[in-house]
Amino acid sequence: MKIHEYQAKEILRKYGLPVPRGAIARTPADAAKVAQELGAPKVVVKAQIHAGGRGKGGGIKLASSPAEAGELAEKMLGMTLVTPQTGPSGRKVHTLLIEEGLEIARELYLAVVLDRARERLVLMASPAGGMDIEEVAAHTPEKIFREHIAPDVGLCDFQARSLAYRLELPPEAVRSFCSVVSALVRVFIGEDASLAEINPLVLTRQNTVLPLDCKLNLDDNGLYRHRDNAAYRDLAEEDALEVQASEHSLNYIRLDGNVGCMVNGAGLAMATMDLIKLAGGEPANFLDVGGGASAKSVENAFRIIRSDPKVKAILINIFGGIVRCDRVASGVIEAARKIELDIPVVVRLEGTNAEEAEKLLAGSGLKIEQAKGLADAARKAVAAATATPSNK
Amino acid sequence: MSILVDRNTRLVVQGITGSEGSFHTRQAVEYGTNVVAGVTPGKAGEKFDGIPIFNTVRDAVRDTGANTSVIFVPAPFAADAVLEAADAGVELVICITEGIPALDMVRVKNHIRGTRTRMIGPNCPGVISPGKCKVGIMPGFIHREGSIGVISRSGTLTYEAVAQLTAQGLGQSTCVGIGGDPVAGSQFVDILKLFKDDPATEAVVMIGEIGGSAEEEAAAFVKAGFPKPVAGFIAGRTAPPGRRMGHAGAIIAGGKGTAKEKMDALEQAGIHVAESPADIGVTMARALKKS
Repeated sequence: MKIHEYQAKEILRKYGLPVPRGAIARTPADAAKVAQELGAPKVVVKAQIHAGGRGKGGGIKLASSPAEAGELAEKMLGMTLVTPQTGPSGRKVHTLLIEEGLEIARELYLAVVLDRARERLVLMASPAGGMDIEEVAAHTPEKIFREHIAPDVGLCDFQARSLAYRLELPPEAVRSFCSVVSALVRVFIGEDASLAEINPLVLTRQNTVLPLDCKLNLDDNGLYRHRDNAAYRDLAEEDALEVQASEHSLNYIRLDGNVGCMVNGAGLAMATMDLIKLAGGEPANFLDVGGGASAKSVENAFRIIRSDPKVKAILINIFGGIVRCDRVASGVIEAARKIELDIPVVVRLEGTNAEEAEKLLAGSGLKIEQAKGLADAARKAVAAATATPSNK
Repeated sequence: MSILVDRNTRLVVQGITGSEGSFHTRQAVEYGTNVVAGVTPGKAGEKFDGIPIFNTVRDAVRDTGANTSVIFVPAPFAADAVLEAADAGVELVICITEGIPALDMVRVKNHIRGTRTRMIGPNCPGVISPGKCKVGIMPGFIHREGSIGVISRSGTLTYEAVAQLTAQGLGQSTCVGIGGDPVAGSQFVDILKLFKDDPATEAVVMIGEIGGSAEEEAAAFVKAGFPKPVAGFIAGRTAPPGRRMGHAGAIIAGGKGTAKEKMDALEQAGIHVAESPADIGVTMARALKKS
């Protein structure tokens, strides 16, 4: 789960990390008020969206007075912010973070991530702060320093110090840096994060080290033990159909194509998308109805796929193992009747009782095309989508 | 022969009285798996279809000689269940449970590294040696006894591949679902090592997906000298970056872990890569003819 910068900073503060003074604003008047209260010569107005690269899209601006902060807020609130990470459709700005401006001597990078290959957390630090770390990794990998954290002993002081020295921090700043490192690791572990990234981590002219920005992603699987964090979820940042799907415990991701897919199992769902592409079409979504593919989940899945106006045909691909195909077929028929499906549906059912399922579908009177095998299913679905007029 | 599970498997089911645990225990027994014990804390002395239930895995091992465990307990308790099985000296722990926090798995994996326990999963369909033993949630009937080893990060996609193999007349020695989580008990390389030494396995199918670098590591292992033909498929070439595709581990992060990278790595290692998921079976058949 992604959370906003201001929420991440709230969490950092709980762990004793120094963060710039500031508060959120949802109206221009609030923005001016916060700026006034901060009393700093300069304040930063930062759009809160779940995507990086905000500066490049005009989502981070400097104001020299409370009045200017209010004016900037006026422009930013409600605007659609397009950054390299949002895609062309951008994200609407609902909330701003107003913070004191700092006197910055250097910008650094610091992050904790899971190193999947070594199966432990790794600290990453770089003197190239404020830059896209993927670019740094691609072009100047020698500028990224790493320290792996042994799960049984945790972060050791010497590791934090070692990073400080490799970053060539002034001696006065080493202690401040090390406390940030240790707190960030505690945040990651304490909150079940999946990414904790501070970019940039700034060294001020006063030789203190503090996070200017913070990106914190939380492990969805760990949320059950952090009920408070679940409240950080911002539905406005998510696709409305994806939110609806998640309410029905369906795993759905909206894509750009016109062939909707309904599949049981995540791997097979991904493979089905790949198949559609290989057949010359474009998948409209990823959708895993779950291994069991119950009638209820099939119905919900139909509704969600049908709500996407781009979808011109639906491919249902179910491998019936423990779940019987005839039962899945009955569910499909029932759901298709209920929601009065008006676009072509191609069904491929394989596994237990596949023949009975075929008979049920054929005798249903519904316009359901049946397919034999994966390739045939993809071909038929792509052909159906292409043949469907686009005013539907 | 086969790997991991066979007629010598003596299975203890952790969470035997839950809905998943009880359903799949019956399926396993029907398939011929030797289920010797169940564990549900507080239900010691009771029986499930005649199978004795114990409070702890240690008690189950002591009284029944269980050497393999399968875990169906809910995610918040699953990491503990793995550690309990390892503590009881169980050699093979197969964890079906989905939704275990990644940091729990980091700790579990680190702990069991120094023990005699091998872990498969979590978030996996389990392990089956067709005709001998089924431990997990896969449908038994799609499998045929034979000489192809299967390793996969997926569930239903594995069934799909197995059905294709069976349709080609290619039976399986053992099919291992290593699971879709970022930190897994066993990776492709761990299982490839076992297949390498298994005389009953003539060739291997590996089914990977986006995210992480386990497929690349497997490719390097095969390239360094794997004596049997390998066919592969990678799911997710159309998956958008930065989105978790159902499995916790199926995510292209920081531009890394794409299907393209993985397919290239496999090909460079001499692995026969199926472009389409519809061609996994025929790709294996072709690879066998060439060898």
